[in-house]
Amino acid sequence: MTALLNRRQLLAAGATLLAGNSPTRAHDGTVHVVIEKLAFLPADIEVKAGQIIEWTNKDAFAHTATVKSSWEVLIPPKEVATHVAAAGDSVDYYCRFHPNMKGKITVLV
Amino acid sequence: MKTVIAVLGATCLSLAAQVASAADKPTDPQIAHIAYSAGVIDVEAAKLALSKTQNPAVKAFAESMQKDHTTVNEMALKLAKKLNVTPENNTTSQALTDAADEKRAELAKLDGVTFDKAYIASEIAYHKQVNDALATLLIPSAENGDLKRLLETGLKLFQGHQQHAEHVAADLK
Repeated sequence: MTALLNRRQLLAAGATLLAGNSPTRAHDGTVHVVIEKLAFLPADIEVKAGQIIEWTNKDAFAHTATVKSSWEVLIPPKEVATHVAAAGDSVDYYCRFHPNMKGKITVLV
Repeated sequence: MKTVIAVLGATCLSLAAQVASAADKPTDPQIAHIAYSAGVIDVEAAKLALSKTQNPAVKAFAESMQKDHTTVNEMALKLAKKLNVTPENNTTSQALTDAADEKRAELAKLDGVTFDKAYIASEIAYHKQVNDALATLLIPSAENGDLKRLLETGLKLFQGHQQHAEHVAADLK
């Protein structure tokens, strides 16, 4: 029993070390946007390149985060969708299905 | 096309005339019926479009109309049940449905790009008309707060549909 606990503690300590020392991190935190009653909240967000933008769709309708002639994220009803911000992602975006829904992303340098 | 727009225009005028007289404003059961009928009409139009179009943007638009209007109507039925309200048929619902039947028969005769353009043009005109009716008559007349809020969400949704249709129309040219 004692041996098992020690083994668990070792594993936990190892995981912490690995996470802390990870040289290249895929992202640096997550920026949350809620979609409710056909609006992006907040509409304007500031992110760093590499950060994850996470949209939580509370509506019963499908939405998108669309950047004209660039990328698009489909956000199904009651679901969550993400996009990793790139350096060039200072953009205006909208919902392709309901273009009166507008948002803005500013990438901080 | 002109006839249908004239009929829709006349419906709009008669709606506006009703606003002038507070005694004649539609009741909540009538408003619920008008809103529900408007949704059914657009789902039927979307089904016709999905059976005809080959254009990916028009298909995506029609799919969105079918899903969104079905969802709103489910929300409306749920609310009517909660409030113990039975939607009540009325002359406005009937005028909308008659005009839509005529329009759908007209669209059914078209094909290809001609159909796509006529369908999207009709969707723009239709959403504009419904949005005007929501903003000037149905929302101000609604007594129940829950019904009013659902209509307000509907207006925002349908304004989005109108803009979506306008984007698709711009790309069809």
